[in-house]
Amino acid sequence: MKAKYMSPLTFSTILPDEGLKKAVSIKRSEILAEISASKIKGRGGAGFPTGTKWNLAAAAKDTTKFIVCNADEGEPGTFKDRIILMDHADLVFEGMTIAARAVGSKEGILYLRGEYTYLLSHLETILQKRRDNKLLGDAILGVEGFQFDIRIHMGSGAYICGEETALIESIEGNRGEPRNRPPYPVDTGLKRHPTVVNNVETFAWCACIIGNGAEWFLKHGTAVSTGLKLFSISGDVERPGVYEFPWGITVSEVLEKCGGRNAKAVQIGGASGYCIPRSQFDRKIAYEDISTGGSIIVFGPDRDMLKVAKNFLEFFVEESCGQCTPCRDGNPVILDGIERLEKGTCSITYLNELRALSETMQVASKCGLGQTSTNAFLSILEHFKDECMGRGRE
Amino acid sequence: MNTKTNHDRTCRAPKSVKGYSIKTSPDKTQIGGQVTVTINDHAIKVPLGTTILEASKSLGINIPTLCNHDDLCVAGVCRICVVEVEGQRNLQAACAFPVTSPIKVRTHSRRVRHARRHILDLMLAKHYGECYSCTRNGNCELQNLAEEYGVDFYRFGHLKEPRYTVDNSSYAVVRDMDKCILCRRCIRTCIDMQEVGVLGAINRGDKTKIATFLDKPLAEVICINCGQCINRCPTAALKAKDPTDEVWAAIDDPTKHVVIQTAPSPRAAIAECFGVEPGTALTFEMNTALKRCGFNKVFDTNFTADLTIIEEGTELILRLYKALVKKDPGVAETIPQFTSCSPGWVKFIEHFYPEFLPHVSSAKSPQQMFGALIKTYYAQQNNLDPANIVSVALMPCSAKKFECNRPEMISSGYKDVDYGLTTRELAKMIKEAGVDLLKMEKSDFDDPFGSATGSGVIFGATGGVMESALRCVIELVTGKKVENLFDHAEITPVRGFEGSRIAELTIGDVGPVPDLLKHLVPDWNWLRGVTLKLGVCHGTANAKKVLEDIRNGGPFSQCQFIEFMACPGGCLGGGGQPIPTTPEIRAARARAIYAEDRRSTIRKSHENPAILSLYKEFLTDGPCGKVSHKLLHTHYVARGKYILA
Amino acid sequence: MLVSENETLKNNIIKWAEELGKDRTILLPLLQRVQKKYSSISPYAMQIIADLLDIHPVEVYSVVSFYSFLNDEPKGRFVIRLCRTISCEMSGRDRIARQLQNELGIAFGETTPDSRFTLEWTNCMGMCDLGPAMMVNDVVFTEMTPEKAHEIVERCRQTFSAFALQNKQEG
Repeated sequence: MKAKYMSPLTFSTILPDEGLKKAVSIKRSEILAEISASKIKGRGGAGFPTGTKWNLAAAAKDTTKFIVCNADEGEPGTFKDRIILMDHADLVFEGMTIAARAVGSKEGILYLRGEYTYLLSHLETILQKRRDNKLLGDAILGVEGFQFDIRIHMGSGAYICGEETALIESIEGNRGEPRNRPPYPVDTGLKRHPTVVNNVETFAWCACIIGNGAEWFLKHGTAVSTGLKLFSISGDVERPGVYEFPWGITVSEVLEKCGGRNAKAVQIGGASGYCIPRSQFDRKIAYEDISTGGSIIVFGPDRDMLKVAKNFLEFFVEESCGQCTPCRDGNPVILDGIERLEKGTCSITYLNELRALSETMQVASKCGLGQTSTNAFLSILEHFKDECMGRGRE
Repeated sequence: MNTKTNHDRTCRAPKSVKGYSIKTSPDKTQIGGQVTVTINDHAIKVPLGTTILEASKSLGINIPTLCNHDDLCVAGVCRICVVEVEGQRNLQAACAFPVTSPIKVRTHSRRVRHARRHILDLMLAKHYGECYSCTRNGNCELQNLAEEYGVDFYRFGHLKEPRYTVDNSSYAVVRDMDKCILCRRCIRTCIDMQEVGVLGAINRGDKTKIATFLDKPLAEVICINCGQCINRCPTAALKAKDPTDEVWAAIDDPTKHVVIQTAPSPRAAIAECFGVEPGTALTFEMNTALKRCGFNKVFDTNFTADLTIIEEGTELILRLYKALVKKDPGVAETIPQFTSCSPGWVKFIEHFYPEFLPHVSSAKSPQQMFGALIKTYYAQQNNLDPANIVSVALMPCSAKKFECNRPEMISSGYKDVDYGLTTRELAKMIKEAGVDLLKMEKSDFDDPFGSATGSGVIFGATGGVMESALRCVIELVTGKKVENLFDHAEITPVRGFEGSRIAELTIGDVGPVPDLLKHLVPDWNWLRGVTLKLGVCHGTANAKKVLEDIRNGGPFSQCQFIEFMACPGGCLGGGGQPIPTTPEIRAARARAIYAEDRRSTIRKSHENPAILSLYKEFLTDGPCGKVSHKLLHTHYVARGKYILA
Repeated sequence: MLVSENETLKNNIIKWAEELGKDRTILLPLLQRVQKKYSSISPYAMQIIADLLDIHPVEVYSVVSFYSFLNDEPKGRFVIRLCRTISCEMSGRDRIARQLQNELGIAFGETTPDSRFTLEWTNCMGMCDLGPAMMVNDVVFTEMTPEKAHEIVERCRQTFSAFALQNKQEG
């Protein structure tokens, strides 16, 4: 499914398999050094430095290692991976192959969300072509001993499987319930072997970085947030779709580009992200200011922000894996609180209790889902308190 | 003395609820083997990979836990044990966080206390019911924590209506999901520890619940009634089916003659229900208390434990004789013989390995043998109408409740055992009767089954049946005293808590065949020089491994006799025993049981005079004879594991 | 009749398990195949799978109940899933929802009495720029309007499989 609107993407300008060809011509340590030098951080949202991750996996003493591509794009408002997989899947697979070369892995898995089943045959065809062209399989590009292949593992409708340890659980045939960390997947991952889990976009950029060099990548973005980033923009804008911006772009610049000038608020980072009011539209989208996996949802002047918070909470109540208490039992309590606000039966005291509970959920939940599920509620409450209160009793 | 090491190897719980071992140097004293952790400003050196929870314990700091259990793998799901770790943005679960570098931890800071209180508030919001109408009142981990953290109101409300119906379908285990806090101990117990796999978490998010396959009633799935889940449930979401009302009604009915038999394990554990340290046996005090409660007679199940040894032992000798001397291939295939005392184990094999049922001894369990004798032999001797006898069994076990309800258990013409009581239920009755157990004078068991041997007592511990059987076999076959071979007749090689083990015994010279068995085998010459291999196994996860080993022709297939107990530690760790249970508590109970054996004057089943007179007066055609077969032996049902939708 | 159906189900599962490699990690792919072919994973199928992978039926049930695209109860031939997450909500999912309910005469979470349609909510499908979005079995429909909803339901009524739908949509 093509995006409604799409800005020109750097990915389209990249020569096919330039990165991979270079990767086989240099030492493994040089690949790792290049990725580290680019300072690229995970594009899925958490923002862990990719170079560090690959280095840890490369250093792990194990003959079996896995490269897993997280294509379980489930964050509300995110769809850039869908576009990448549709138009630039080769680049993603190339990135995975480079990662395999760098850390010494023979097996790659693309975990594709069940909702994207329609992409499956397209991706299988590309994989087969790569095998035929000696870009996957034994002796890749004729390099003796460089063996790597990728298979696709389908998800079955569970947002939580986007969490890397839940994703690993899911591949292993379990419920998608996040694991205790530490140990981390780079040390003890799939089938207890070191596993690199990266987002679709991360792998694609890594291929570009090896192809064009870290220097090229560092030209874009800020000192902390290097490079370019794909954004999924939806909601009350004239041109919803996928956009490529450098990190550090301000919210109002983004709104300018996509035609959302009169927005009253923007939700950045999807349901688990933060709601930014008009007064803060000069803030930067970057790891050091507003961090995001790329989801931007724009709200026009007439949107009811409490309803927005309610939609997000309904999402989390259902998508929580249900294992840890704060997330499983906390989200319904917050949702109930929102319903009380709607009905005008939520006292200020109770509202403060809910705020305190939200903070507990942020620090005491087992995984990122519970730790972030109340971000939207808290930020909407902070910036739109007047709008949230004084309701009910027609 | 710890079953944990063993179960780690068998661990099959979903990996999300499992701790990972940190690769450490095997020598903990070496550089790199230890790490310093500072907890609340107290520094301590611990082996690399120790959890914060364990490290705190050794500093005398109590961190509250709910999903964590000493017998089970790590889960890290309840989050009540969260602590602050310096440098970490979020709180960390102490039970799941391995110390691998020098870290600073705060276990009870303001932030931590607030979080814990919130977690409790959330649990209580969905925990239906009131403490005073709950069987775990006073022994509930959630209640204790609510007190510890000063819960004085329901911050996020409290359910007014139950959300679930109580599952009363099983004879043994009652599930009340309104009390469940989703700690998942039961799942880890059922899948990981017992390999029964009845309970699992279903759905997700706020709809998550613990359920059986297709959410069926417990009676319709392959539950073996072992009750291990009950012992580990922090609340009353899982409890045993309680027949005390019926027992009281029988006691209060003047036309009824109410007798109770008491198994060896409850007496070694009941003191725990009265606040006494584990490992204190109150056998004779309990006898007095039972009389005060109104039971007409108090018998010792050890009597039929001795009888079981004779019957099961004879059965084994007959199998071996037919296989080795008569070369009967059909019989040879049924060796090794499996014990049949543990009803949880019996149901396990009926469901999961029905093809192995011919291996199971046809001898009934001691409880059911006693039941059959009470309503026949005892009734005759005392001129009682068996219809008016109410036979109660005090057991450490929840599966015994199912066993006494098996339709085939009516050899006396009546229900052989009317009610199975657990140790916990008896403690409740004693309290209800206003009896101060700890202040009771001692009194002995009632005749005619009064005297029992130390062999019967040790049935309560894993390896006990094997040890008792060996004491008999050695003496009956070699004609020599066991004491000559083992100090104090204590056959220590079969003792211990290792999940499964094999002991070997080579028979040297043989003696004459004793009178009791003369009509069955002409001589013992065929056993001369034979090495007996004897297996012991406890916990059904281990049973599964042993059966798979036999199937694959492994070392256990070379055994002649294998003792199986469904519960970890044997009966002393049974599903009817006081809560909580840990490896340490079970070890203490085992010590109490072995001490009682040592105190017994007669320690071998075949020397029990009451047994000898039973064979003289009642079971006149001897062990495994016609009468004994009618009353003391049974058959099994190949149940299979498929559940119809 | 029923026995032989179960027999073929069992044979299929065994065949698939051998193709995939008997290991717990094949659980999801295996369940997905059963789901695709039989539109639900029957209790019998779950027990066969448990046996093959040496796990317990409750573990399979636990996994099936976790994932929204797997179900043990039979569903309609066409499972219509309408995205309810924020961007689709803002672009008019409520009207599509009402139209679908009117069209099918059932509420969300229900199946029509003729077992042809099941109507469900789903969470973000990654079609936020093209909302409101919905899926009919594996096929995605975007920029839904009430009229389009009517047309899709009509087309479903006239065909027997969603694959036919897909062709028509692309053509």
